[in-house]
Amino acid sequence: MTTTGGRAPAIHVQGLEKSYKKLSVLRGVDFDVAPGSIFALLGSNGAGKTTVVNILSTLLRADAGTATVNGFDVAANGAEVRESISLTGQFAAVDEILTGRENLALVARLRRVQDPGRVADELLERFSLTDAGGRRTATYSGGMRRRLDIAMSLVGNPPVIFLDEPTTGLDPQARLEVWDAVRELAGRGTTVLLTTQHLEEAEHLADRIAILHEGRIIVNGTLDELRRLLPPAKVEYVEKQPTLEDIFFALVGGGPENGGPANSGGPENGDENTPGDRGARTTTKEQR
Amino acid sequence: MTTRFFGDTTALLGRSLRHILRSPDTIITTSIMPIAFMLLFVYVLGGAIRSGPGTYVNYLLPGILIITIASGVSYTAFRLFLDMKGGIFERFQSLPIARSSVLWAHVLTSLVANMVSVVVVVLVALLMGFRSGAGVLAWLAVAGLLLLLTLTLTWLAVIPGLTAKSPDGAGAFSYPLIFLPFISSAFVPTHTMPGPVRAFAEHQPVTSIVDTIRDLFAQKPVSDDIWTALAWCLGVLVLAYVLATATYRRKIS
Repeated sequence: MTTTGGRAPAIHVQGLEKSYKKLSVLRGVDFDVAPGSIFALLGSNGAGKTTVVNILSTLLRADAGTATVNGFDVAANGAEVRESISLTGQFAAVDEILTGRENLALVARLRRVQDPGRVADELLERFSLTDAGGRRTATYSGGMRRRLDIAMSLVGNPPVIFLDEPTTGLDPQARLEVWDAVRELAGRGTTVLLTTQHLEEAEHLADRIAILHEGRIIVNGTLDELRRLLPPAKVEYVEKQPTLEDIFFALVGGGPENGGPANSGGPENGDENTPGDRGARTTTKEQR
Repeated sequence: MTTRFFGDTTALLGRSLRHILRSPDTIITTSIMPIAFMLLFVYVLGGAIRSGPGTYVNYLLPGILIITIASGVSYTAFRLFLDMKGGIFERFQSLPIARSSVLWAHVLTSLVANMVSVVVVVLVALLMGFRSGAGVLAWLAVAGLLLLLTLTLTWLAVIPGLTAKSPDGAGAFSYPLIFLPFISSAFVPTHTMPGPVRAFAEHQPVTSIVDTIRDLFAQKPVSDDIWTALAWCLGVLVLAYVLATATYRRKIS
């Protein structure tokens, strides 16, 4: 329990197993997530990340093992777990025929939140969707849809949020928007479990990272702890070419926060604090 | 739990009624085929059909109403299928709601949409010369029977809606339902049919429903057909409801 710093974990998973017919997807998954932290579950396609999330959000039953969310057992206290969580699935779960505001108000009504209209307006504001709030979501861009999707998950302030590959299929700009939203969430004390196959996403967002491979968690730690698994960084001089992403943002004007021409293309604070040639890319991102 | 069920069903019903309001074409396409059949049979084929005393449109309307409902419920399967495919179904399942309210909202929406379609078809029939001296009670009985039929066929539609692999598959179950009235007393009297066909026609559910509605419209005393009709509807309703909820439970656990 060292991982939770003494407090009860927001998510506790032990010995989780799940098979589909003969295919054994999870073969004993264990991990804990501390309250208010961002935990990234990393793995390639088909590693079972979605299966874990679906079990934790009571959409699926495990074959063996136990899992508690916010102190409630997912198998025995499904209703209480659902009161405590919100799921943002792999595909933006918005109703395309309703407007953004109606989508939020619907979830607010289903969560029995006081004054659904006001809650909807506040979330639209918070996710910069106020202008689009009266439009049908079918007209939204991928990034706007994802933001609305995440906003819908925040209705009623559930203490635990699952984000299943929140940036899959998004363009780089939309991805940054989602990252900002996730950071803001954790800043407010919400526990976030996110799955991703983008390594840098985990690198940028997560307090702890676990790698799910062949049905088990093979590594679980902070980024620094994971780095220590490899030989220490060597100092190498690498000619720094701008990545295509740097070029893209320099041309289109950067992420959601710096609307003007990107000033972050230059790697002025250098490669020295991260090993290898990925360092330049990493530091560039962290400036945003 | 029950207050939660009613609140959640109301919220979700509001959602799917908005869907219908914003794509009224679903109601129009539901009504268009039965209206086309009605035009075809009354103005093209009707002259050659001897259905007994009274105008042919009066004879035809009950069967046309059944076709309207049979084609209308396929939209329930379609909408449910879309919910399942998009992530919204999982979102609802992960929310603290009464889980059965997801299905009931679709079923109640189907009742509303089909009754609107039925009214549209009846209005067109009135333009085509349909007349009935039926009183309020008889009309209420017709409406009640049609509502029961819609409820039955909608719960039947829930099953393919939950299990279909493609949108076409979700709607395909309604084709035999639309076809069934043709082998019944809906278009021609059954005594004109050859033996085995007649035997089928006289013992399948549509004939008893059609004959009951026809008697109610014609202000005739209702025969035992009404009990046969009710028994069919309630029997299939219970079966469809049990199967649909079992399928649903399998899907969500």
